[in-house]
Formats: sequence, C-alpha cells, structure tokens
Amino acid sequence: MARLIQNRQRHILPGFGLNMGVMLFFVGLLIVLPLAALFMHTTNISWSKFVDIAQDERVQSALKLSFSSAIIAALINLFAGIMVAWVLVRYDFIGRRLFDSLIDFPFALPTAVAGMTLASLYDHNGWLGGLLKSVGVQVVQTQAGIVLALVFIGFPFVVRSVQPVLADMNQEIEQAAKSLGANGRQFFWRIVLPTILPAAFTGFSLALARGIGEYGSVIFIAGNIPYVSEIAPLLIAIRVDEESGYESAAVIAILMMIIAFILLLLGNVLQRWTRFYQK
Amino acid sequence: MGRILLITVTVIFLLFLLIMPIAFIMIEAVGSGLQPYAQAIGNQATLHAILLTILVTAVTIVINIIIGLSGAWLISKFSFRGKAFLTTLIELPFSISPVVVGFLFILLFGYNGWFGKLLDNYGIQIAFAVPGIILVTVFVTFPFIIRELIPLMQEQGKDEEETALSLGARGWSIFWHITLPNIKWGLLYGVVLCLARAMGEFGAVSIISGNIQGETDTLTLHIKNLYDGYYYNEAFAVSSLLLIVALATLLIKSFLEWSFKPKTKYKTKTTLKKT
Repeated sequence: MARLIQNRQRHILPGFGLNMGVMLFFVGLLIVLPLAALFMHTTNISWSKFVDIAQDERVQSALKLSFSSAIIAALINLFAGIMVAWVLVRYDFIGRRLFDSLIDFPFALPTAVAGMTLASLYDHNGWLGGLLKSVGVQVVQTQAGIVLALVFIGFPFVVRSVQPVLADMNQEIEQAAKSLGANGRQFFWRIVLPTILPAAFTGFSLALARGIGEYGSVIFIAGNIPYVSEIAPLLIAIRVDEESGYESAAVIAILMMIIAFILLLLGNVLQRWTRFYQK
Repeated sequence: MGRILLITVTVIFLLFLLIMPIAFIMIEAVGSGLQPYAQAIGNQATLHAILLTILVTAVTIVINIIIGLSGAWLISKFSFRGKAFLTTLIELPFSISPVVVGFLFILLFGYNGWFGKLLDNYGIQIAFAVPGIILVTVFVTFPFIIRELIPLMQEQGKDEEETALSLGARGWSIFWHITLPNIKWGLLYGVVLCLARAMGEFGAVSIISGNIQGETDTLTLHIKNLYDGYYYNEAFAVSSLLLIVALATLLIKSFLEWSFKPKTKYKTKTTLKKT
C-alpha cells in the first residue's frame, strides 16, 4: 500500500504512459534495433574469421591511423581550446564578439564542404598548400592533413565546454589570490587550470569521440591511400560497397566501438581524478 | 605583454581556422564568373538536390521535435526505473561514426537485411531511397533537441505544472499554456542545431542512399559528385548555399544566446528564492 502511494506520488502529472510509449518506439526503432542488428550480424561470424579480419594489415593500419589522428587532434584542441576560451572570456579586443559567434562555425558547416575546402586550401596549388610546400611541408594525403581536418571539426568542443566555467569564475577568488601575492602565472596554474580542467576534459572526450568516427571532412584531404592515409570509417564504407564485405565492415565497426568505449572510459576516469584532485 | 601576445596568437589561429575557409568558399564559388555561378545553382540536378535536402531536413526536424518534447517531458517530470539507461541511449548517436550509422540501417533495411525483404514484398523501399536518408539523419541528430530541453525543463521544475493540474487543467492544456512557453527559446535553439547538422549530414547519407544521381543525392552528395567530376567551381558554388545557411544558423544562435540566456539565469534566481 505504501508503495502504491509512493508510485502515485511519483506520477502526479499526466502523460507518463503516452510519452514512455513514444520514447520506447523511437529509441527502439532508431537506436536499439540497428545496434542489435550489428551485434547479431557479428555473432554470425566465426571467431577465427573475426580474428582474421581484425588482424588484416589494412584494417589494422586504418584503425591505428584513425585513433592516433583523433587523439593528436583532440590534444591540439585541448590546448588551443583553453587558450581561445581564455582570450575570449578575459580580454576585450576588436572583433571579439564576431569570433565568439564564429567558434561554432565548424559545427554549422557541412563536413563535406569543410573537407573539400580544406583539401583545396592545402593542396599544392592552394592558398596555403603552396606556401607550406616551399618550406617542405606536405599536408594533403598525409596524416597531417587528417589531423588538420579533425582539429577543424572538433575545435568548438573544448572552447564551448571551458568558456562558461571561466566566465562563472568568481572575481573575488582572483582578487583574493592577487592580494595574497600570487602573480599572473601562479594564478593561472594554481587556480584557473584546476577549475577548468574537468570541463576541458569533457570537451576533449567529445572532440575525441567525434574525431574517431569523422568521415566527411577527412576523406577529401586524406587522399585515401590504403595503408597510408585510409581511415577506418572509409574502409567500412568501401567494404559495405563491396556487398560481400559486410562481415568485414561489421568487425571494423565493432572494433572501433570497443576501442572508442575504452578510450572514453579512460577519459572519464581521468576526469574524475581531476575533480578529486581539485578538492 | 603576455596579454597582447595571447590575443595575437588567438586571432591569427582563428583567422586561419575559421575566416579563411569562409573567404575561400565564397571566392571559389564565383571563380568563373557570376553567370556560371547562377547556372550551377539553377540547373535541374542542383534544384532537385536542394528540394530533397529541404524535405529530409524538415521531416527530421519534425520527428526530432516530437522526440525532444516527449522525451524531455518524460525524463524531467517523472522518475522511473531505467532513466539513466535511457539518457545514455539518447546520447549514444554522438559517439557512433556516421558511416557505421549508414551501415546499421543497411543491415536492417538492405536487400538482405532484417526487414528489407519483408518490406520489399509490400513495395516499400527504405534503404537506397528517401526514407532511409531520413532515418539515418534522424539518428545522427537525435540528441540535439532533447539535450537542450531536458536541463531546461529540469531547471524549471514541475511546480507550475502541478499547480495547473490542481486547478483542473488537462494534460494538453498544461503543455500548451505552461510548459511550451517556458521552453520555446530552448526548443528553437535545439531546432537550429538540428537543422545545421541535418542539412549537412554526409557520411551516413552517402552509405544508405546509394548515391543515385538525380534520385537520392542530397546537396552534400551532389557537391561531392561535382567535385569528383572535376566541376570544381560548380561544387563551390553549390557549397556557398550551404555556407550561407550555416552562417545564418550561427547568427540566429548568437541572437538566441544573447537574448534568452540571461533570462534563464534570472529565472533560477527567482526559483531559488521561492524554495
């Protein structure tokens, strides 16, 4: 009886059944069912076949390339993002508002357009590619190009995570620190950085997750040379196109998900640790 | 000293990363003159792609509004078992590669898929057709609106709704007159995010659509086809349309942030006072 009352109290407002039904339908149809199809498809593959595909040299180099590029790009974004957020929040300069609105531009621009633009800009005949070529740097068709595209696509994550935390920081804390004799550098390393680190890691993991699976912005600049600049999502696309390659596509997809999951779990642990450290 | 250096580095970085691509697209778009530009945009194939993209984006937004309102109401107004699990599922699409998304729906609706044959018997085609494009686009944009609404509804609590209920209001009228006015700006914000992503989705759509020219090529696929066919300026001309929409969404977003973010802050203060 007591439980019944408790249950009643929980659902004072109407619409529980209807909305639960709507959500179960959409989440089931759109998310659970497709994932179930992938896992069922994978369980049909024998273990030895699975290992064969996983150990294939082309698959391995594609996975290595995807994950290493995503990690490097997310690290660059971590530093660049903290810097940009800091400058946008703390300093006033001409065009600050414009830049602030444009931070989300990489999210708004279709990835294919971004990829095409970056590929053309950094091509040997492009605005920047020619310049870089004269100093002996090649971006197009190398991992550098892939990292560049991922930096572009993941750049807003860290800025947008850190910005509100920085803006919310109490001015009194800064005044207290300064009055106790802390210089600018000490203030940043001892007070600002520990405060924003959890948010920065959130942005970092979002950028990482996005970078691992990114396709549209990368394939134009990467040149897609097997074993050299072919990312894992592209290899999946190629295998799906072959039709006989569904098994291989499923294995690569599962491997990507598992590795990404482990990485994000590590990120979570790291984030908890920074929170703990903060206290 | 350090301050000027930091600002300079940041501005140069942002100029290269953000401003330069915008300028580049616009310049390349009209690279071979204004008339070719108009031709590239006005021809049959491009117009078809534009209409298809508008259709897909519009349907996606409507479905996501339904999901967003329904899901946010469910999660913010009720407590039930498995809520955390549901929230995790909602966030899941962010961490799955678009290519994998396309592949998942081929496994379901392709010729040898779970439902492909069954639906084919009834003459319904989903993979390599417009419904498939819509399904993957909804998957990819699933979290955008609902993620904006859940914190907003949670912050507002259920006091107002419960008061209305105690005064005899029905469920729908509570929703229309109390909940919706409270969240309309957040909803619009989510719609803008969803719109930008939906019109630009490429990876998932390129897999599920089969890229059938003149049939299932959305704007981004059309651009890729032009680029691959060495119609360089045409590709950028069509891209400039998407660039304009992208910049417009940023403008609306900034406007919404400036005008409604302070208000929510004010609201939290008043609710704090009440309790």
